[in-house]
Amino acid sequence: MMIEGRTGKWEIVIGLEVHAQVISKSKLFSGAATDFGAAPNTQVSFVDAAFPGMLPVINKVCVEQAIKTGLGLGAEINTVSVFDRKNYFYPDLPAGYQISQYTRPIVGKGKLLIDLPDGASREIGITRLHLEQDAGKSMHDQNPSKTYVDLNRSGVALMEIVSEPDMRSPEEAGAYLRKLRSILRYLETCDGNMDEGSMRCDANVSVRKPGEKFGTRCEIKNVNSVRYVMQAIEIEARRQVELIENGGKVDQETRLFDPNKGETRPMRSKEHAHDYRYFPDPDLLPLVLDPKRVEAIKAALPELPDAKRERFVRDYKLSPYDAGVLVAEREQAEYFETVAKGRKDPKLAANWVIVELFGVLNKQNLDITKSPVSARNLAGLLDLMEDNTISGRIAKDVFQIMVETGKDAAAIVQEKGLRQVTDTGAIDAAIDKVIADNAAKVGEYRGGKPTLFGWFVGQVMKATQGKANPAMVNERLKAKLGG
Amino acid sequence: MAELTDLTIAAARDGLKARKFSAREITEAHLAAMGRARDLNAFITETPDKAISMAGASDVRLARGEPAGALEGVPLAIKDLFCTDGVLTTAGSHILDGFKPPYESTVTSNLWRAGAVMLGKLNLDEFAMGSSNTTSYYGPVKNPWQRRGDNRPLVPGGSSGGSAASVAARIAMGATATDTGGSIRQPASFCGVVGIKPTYGRCSRWGIVAFASSLDQAGPITRTVRDAAIMLGAMAGHDPKDSTSVPRPVPNYEAALTGDVRGLKFGIPKEYRIGGLPTEVERLWQKGVDWLKAAGAVPVEISLPHTKYALPAYYIIAPAEASSNLARYDGVRFGLRVPGASIDEMYENTRAAGFGAEVRRRVMIGTYVLSAGYYDAYYLKAQKVRSLIARDFAEAYKKCDVILTPTAPSAAFAIGEKMDNPIAMYLNDVFTVTVNLAGLPGISVPAGLTDDGLPLGLQLIGRAFDEATLFRVAGVLESAAGFAAKPAMVG
Repeated sequence: MMIEGRTGKWEIVIGLEVHAQVISKSKLFSGAATDFGAAPNTQVSFVDAAFPGMLPVINKVCVEQAIKTGLGLGAEINTVSVFDRKNYFYPDLPAGYQISQYTRPIVGKGKLLIDLPDGASREIGITRLHLEQDAGKSMHDQNPSKTYVDLNRSGVALMEIVSEPDMRSPEEAGAYLRKLRSILRYLETCDGNMDEGSMRCDANVSVRKPGEKFGTRCEIKNVNSVRYVMQAIEIEARRQVELIENGGKVDQETRLFDPNKGETRPMRSKEHAHDYRYFPDPDLLPLVLDPKRVEAIKAALPELPDAKRERFVRDYKLSPYDAGVLVAEREQAEYFETVAKGRKDPKLAANWVIVELFGVLNKQNLDITKSPVSARNLAGLLDLMEDNTISGRIAKDVFQIMVETGKDAAAIVQEKGLRQVTDTGAIDAAIDKVIADNAAKVGEYRGGKPTLFGWFVGQVMKATQGKANPAMVNERLKAKLGG
Repeated sequence: MAELTDLTIAAARDGLKARKFSAREITEAHLAAMGRARDLNAFITETPDKAISMAGASDVRLARGEPAGALEGVPLAIKDLFCTDGVLTTAGSHILDGFKPPYESTVTSNLWRAGAVMLGKLNLDEFAMGSSNTTSYYGPVKNPWQRRGDNRPLVPGGSSGGSAASVAARIAMGATATDTGGSIRQPASFCGVVGIKPTYGRCSRWGIVAFASSLDQAGPITRTVRDAAIMLGAMAGHDPKDSTSVPRPVPNYEAALTGDVRGLKFGIPKEYRIGGLPTEVERLWQKGVDWLKAAGAVPVEISLPHTKYALPAYYIIAPAEASSNLARYDGVRFGLRVPGASIDEMYENTRAAGFGAEVRRRVMIGTYVLSAGYYDAYYLKAQKVRSLIARDFAEAYKKCDVILTPTAPSAAFAIGEKMDNPIAMYLNDVFTVTVNLAGLPGISVPAGLTDDGLPLGLQLIGRAFDEATLFRVAGVLESAAGFAAKPAMVG
């Protein structure tokens, strides 16, 4: 996407920094719990509150999660990495420093494929992934003159995943976030819930005339949904174009996105420009990984969205687009596979999942794990279609009942007597009656009005309450009318 | 019961086992001594009730004939840098006003498990930053020793001034201490007692208020080498709560005191013959050489070429770490809070009122050397020097088993001396900081007196985790020196 300015076209350059909360029972350097939504200051150890003499001890689970994520992003795993202290004062940062990784992160360069609407993919570079502690939460709205601090989040493990400035449109940024979230969920290293803050995004945005050097970037902090990230990028890019075209200059600064006003505005004043005084944390030894452990984690990685999508296209003959839709969430892909496995026409299964099932889930705002129709039941419905027990048209009615009742298809068909009529005798009888009752129309048809054929089909279907096998009706009707 | 306060830990242990006296009697004798010696200002908090109850519990265990801990019934005093559950812990600073930790440091927990009795919390330089115990918010500690014919109060050394003074004054049989650049060994030398800083990683730092994390190490101050061996054995050990604590078994240090150093090679570093070293110190060092030779050990001339860079490197690394470690004292969660109109103002008011001049100086130095644009020139370079110093020692230990040096360049000086010149004060650590930078064990043994009657110590430096050899050689040095002098106040 290009922005059309007064002076010509402008290209947007975007890099994203994602903070992904690691799925782990306890914090990065303490044994305190990490559950979301607990009462304030109930999940805080003396380490998290930085009491005198307290020391950090690395949580192995968090390290494994970072390795897993790095491998999932096709990245180099650094067998030696170092924890540094990032020093600054704030009440929700009890130690006065955040333990992070600065010069030697645990994960180096990797890549991520984003899926574009036209079915194409584009590679976005990952610069690095490092482990760090989250800060606590300051609450300024609880008391007119006081700030309250909740340290439940203090010390929770985050993975900061930094991309290269490789994205060129808000859509690409959105696709990057969705893909990253999908991979994290497949890996079960982060739940990806942006509304709960377990995945947060900072966007670095600059603009340039195509082919020119990168412009000065602004960082938009802490945007909490994919949609807002896309909006914020577009609004910020337009602000920068307008600023430059009016003779101004972009200052490198941190900005906040206000979705209500539809604007970005500077967050920190210059006097507070931080010098974080990074240095290696002397309480922690360098993190040394056994390459064998890394190999073992690699061997146990689940199939990831890209590989799954490729396999769906190859094995189920799906279009890349449909396959992409199905693999976006691991649970969806699993649902589809349960329905499609061993089926002659897996594309039909894909259509039913994407069109009928997702239609219902969207309407009811349900997650696939809460689907009123189980994968096995949907497979049962497709079985009935495949063995000609019911027609496609009846199947849609049966599906509707399945959505409402949760019952399985065979039971519904049985109960409502919806079994398709495939008995030639019964079909012939119905056809004969229609022909006999409508001699005039028969004459018209035979006299050169073949378009009436559909009307006859309709009459026969009506006479059989829609249960006659449509193909058989066509075949027999054609024979009888023709004769 | 003056004789009970004169007992060594080893003698008290044996006497308690033989039921010659009770733990309670020993503790009461020390509490009485504490009362008589308040003028020294060695304690910030006295815990007599706790002491009596712990001693009583020891007596019960002894009476039942339960297997006695290594320090069963032994009254100890604790440097007020160790967090003690429910007992005020100040680090000698105003900023920790009223702070009673809800937890016990690993080292003190180990001591109590071994049966020791807590007498109270000892004065120290504020956040262990100092070499004379004059930076404490709770006032200076006086050295129990005085120059012959001179009543001026002297410093006990620092930062573990209260620890050395209380042990020298027979108020405690032993005391915990910490050493970041010499804070165990220099006060031990100034007060005529034994102090060992073990190898970095030997004792857990968990629950000790941090000064400079990569240098801080706990150790004991006692009156004999044997007592130091007993007490360190109880303090040391791997602690999973401290990532820098080392998972190595702790040997029986007392068993290392064989008295046999025949054939052992001890190094004399030529770079430690610094200009302006008082002849008394020089002479004592030579005596040490002669004593060890006489015992059958072999002197070896060694070189530690980067010694002259040690002090500057130390005074970059230690303040850098301290500036970050002390950021948590912000008035938000514990200790002193001085309100302000904004959060920044509250920080400024609290830290200005809570920290003394020396702490402020080091926080500022540390902040400066870590700042963007200065980091490479100061901190990074200092770390390189640190590696070179460690390499110097590694080279030296190819030629010798231990290294013999003076502990400090002088005996105790008067309170008020050197106060206006921080650089002169920092020179106190010239023989000790190298040991912290290299993470090695070092012990100070009282070896003689100056002409005006003040104690002087000799330092032995060992290989990493070879405290056993250090104790063995220190024991020989101790016997040869036959240091029997006591401060006048205890007769």
